[in-house]
Amino acid sequence: MPSCRRPFLRNALILGLVLASLWPGARGAAARDLTIGITQFPSTFNPLIDSMMAKSFILGMTRRPVTAYDADWNLVCLLCAELPTLENGLAKIEPLKDGGEGMALTLKIHPDATWGDGVPVTAEDVVFTCQVGRHPDTGVGNFEAFRRILDVEVLDDKTVVLHGDRVTFDYNDMSGLTLLPAHLERPAFAEPREYRNRTLFDTDTANPGLYFGPYRITEVALGSHVVLERNETWWGATPAFDRITVRTIENTAALEANLLSGGIDYIAGELGLTVDQALAFEKRHGETFKVLYRSGLAYEHIDLNLDSPILKDRRVRRALLTAIDRAAISERLFEGRQPVANGFVNPLDWVHDPDLPEYPYDPAAAAALLDKAGWADIRGGIRHNAAGEPLRVVLMTTAGNRMRELVEQVLQSQWKQVGIETEIRNEPARVFFGETVTMRRFPHMAMFAWISSPENVPRTTQHSNQIPSEANAWAGQNYPGYSRPEVDDLIDAIEVELDRDKRLALWKRLQAIYAEELPVLPLYFRADPYVMPKWLDGVRPTGHQYPSTLWVEEWRVAE
Amino acid sequence: MTAYVTHRLLQTLVVLLLMSVAVYGLIWLMPGDPIDLMVSANPDLTAADGARLRALYGLDRPFAERYLAWLQAALGGDLGYSRQYARPVLEIVGPRMANTLILVGLSFVASVALAFPLGLIAARRPYSAADNAVNLFCFAGISIPPFWLALLLIMAFSVGLGWLPAGGVPAEGGLGAEAAHLVLPVATLTLGSVAAYARFIRGETIAALRLDFVRTAQAKGATPWRVLTRHALRNALIPVVTVIGLHFGTVFSGALITETMFAYPGMGKLIYDSIMGNDFNLALAGLLLVTLITLLSNLAADLLYVRLDPRVNYEGART
Repeated sequence: MPSCRRPFLRNALILGLVLASLWPGARGAAARDLTIGITQFPSTFNPLIDSMMAKSFILGMTRRPVTAYDADWNLVCLLCAELPTLENGLAKIEPLKDGGEGMALTLKIHPDATWGDGVPVTAEDVVFTCQVGRHPDTGVGNFEAFRRILDVEVLDDKTVVLHGDRVTFDYNDMSGLTLLPAHLERPAFAEPREYRNRTLFDTDTANPGLYFGPYRITEVALGSHVVLERNETWWGATPAFDRITVRTIENTAALEANLLSGGIDYIAGELGLTVDQALAFEKRHGETFKVLYRSGLAYEHIDLNLDSPILKDRRVRRALLTAIDRAAISERLFEGRQPVANGFVNPLDWVHDPDLPEYPYDPAAAAALLDKAGWADIRGGIRHNAAGEPLRVVLMTTAGNRMRELVEQVLQSQWKQVGIETEIRNEPARVFFGETVTMRRFPHMAMFAWISSPENVPRTTQHSNQIPSEANAWAGQNYPGYSRPEVDDLIDAIEVELDRDKRLALWKRLQAIYAEELPVLPLYFRADPYVMPKWLDGVRPTGHQYPSTLWVEEWRVAE
Repeated sequence: MTAYVTHRLLQTLVVLLLMSVAVYGLIWLMPGDPIDLMVSANPDLTAADGARLRALYGLDRPFAERYLAWLQAALGGDLGYSRQYARPVLEIVGPRMANTLILVGLSFVASVALAFPLGLIAARRPYSAADNAVNLFCFAGISIPPFWLALLLIMAFSVGLGWLPAGGVPAEGGLGAEAAHLVLPVATLTLGSVAAYARFIRGETIAALRLDFVRTAQAKGATPWRVLTRHALRNALIPVVTVIGLHFGTVFSGALITETMFAYPGMGKLIYDSIMGNDFNLALAGLLLVTLITLLSNLAADLLYVRLDPRVNYEGART
């Protein structure tokens, strides 16, 4: 009899373990596969064509830019062996033929870097990538970054010198340089105009030779999912998961349901739930899942149309900001996860000035400012000026963005308390960004976000030569129409100042002017919530445009 | 009959041509373009980058020039490349169409298979308990928004019971896994269709049951079931077939919500995304395909009339 009981107990134990392993919250110990849910599917897998977070997220696991900002917002080497600096001699200022100054950067490719088909990553790939990047017909998104590279000089198989056309403080930021495999992609480039249709990244996406990261793409189901498996030629730390599947589920309610049912393991913060959804989810399922919030460089703000007679007056702009309780909005709507912004620079950025004025909620001060600005006659709860015109403003944002629409309601209510009437007029994102904002057709205020990288110089958004108009074919992103010569000079100076201390002083002055002039009403820095099982460790949200997947090899199953 | 079918097919071609102009024009009239969205999300992209990309994708060319170039290529069998997916349009539409055919086909078969018995049960004794129960089911089916029904099904069968996957298409697992992934989306699509069909069958059958020939059949001693199925239903079928034929085509493009909720890569979502993304080639191919299916399913319904009612004769109707 004992011989019969043991198998029974053993089978019961095995059955118990199998059943336990099926429970989503408890299956981490043996997990070798990971399924991630995101809300977007990439339009292309070519790293140079189009600019899309879904693509950056997936490609982050399969290949690396030469440099990137890490989770601590430091510029680090990902494909290079050593970050070129003036101090280590790998970066040098050199004269240009036109009499100006440029820079020569010595790029040493990591000695073990190898494409997934066993071919080493070499200088030839750098040369080829620059050829593709610089060609105007290839459909490369950030063409300007490549145009600035005047020449690529090959020193040996793993070393090149990049000759740039200018001296800038971010000379060693080579995050836009993501290499293409010359040995595979060259035939597709034979006709540059057809390159974007013939690139192997889209015609043979599972070709291992396209990737050199910890994983390589092995299967693509358009609009549905992408399967990644370990890349045997990866030279870095061995990743924990054998296989990662990235599933696209555009509806966030369905995304949540998939997480709960075990259809996916993890909702990525880069393309996942909004903060309010994550907060609600955490309250219901906080025992099974953990939620990481990372405030970052998504700067939610309201652009003010400075051509408007009402908003030309700085006192009115200050009154608008002082009349709203941004701290309460952040606390009540986002439980403090999205910090109030006092300027366009995130406090986590080293150039942030902590001494900026904060404009705390003070309706009495706002009322006094409006009185002084000539809006003193209150009739029916609305202020009027001496000409009898009501203080009425239009606030616009992207229709369907629930959080922005909620914030709009609060702002409308708080402005009404000081006698400002607000008309909310929202539009679909396509119309809003397609015409209303880009052609400066918003009468008073437009609420949206900018996403940038650390120490991002606001040339396109604050320099006076970037004000869109019919004359310049609506080029530029200075939508408020802000123009101040000192700001232009500061922007020009920051870009070329190599000394950190001197640059910091310039940055502080730029932020002080912004806070004083208020061409834009700063609201808060958006946070991305990363919803994951408690057994998943090592995911480090970055808070900027470089996705957390660039360090996927650090992801681990918790002990 | 051959002349009639030929005439209808020629009509179909004209409708497709008009549709292509209308669709192209409507997308053209939409404000903004994908490059604007790309530039607005990335301050590193310069205005020159935007202008260069617009020129590269042909977004800066006049309407007539672009449409005629597309039409000429399409008539030669080249539907072009998708701007969004950087692949030939047919390569994208093919698998999506296959997915939709499976989803809509299964839903259609299930809807028709359920709607007829439900409609007949309800029509047999109007206002009886059975009729009330069927009506309640139908009103619920018509009233419940598909996105809410989808969420309910996911919460019940995927999250609560854990019996079925919450959506998507399986990366592995074969036919069994594919079938499991289809159950909930098919159920979501079916509920709305079956409710609408059953209500229509009920109404038409009740109307037919009031006609003289039915009373004659009853007087001749035909069983109630025979009267219902052989006499009343047969006469009620023509309008029912018309409605089902029209509905079949629209479901192809109208499964957008179900496809979105279940992350199912089908035609509805593809057409929506291509229109929003100014992907002219893909949007046109998708919409024209759906139009073609709608027109062909109507033609099939018309041809079915001949089988259902011998009095229908298209030889005379054509002229």
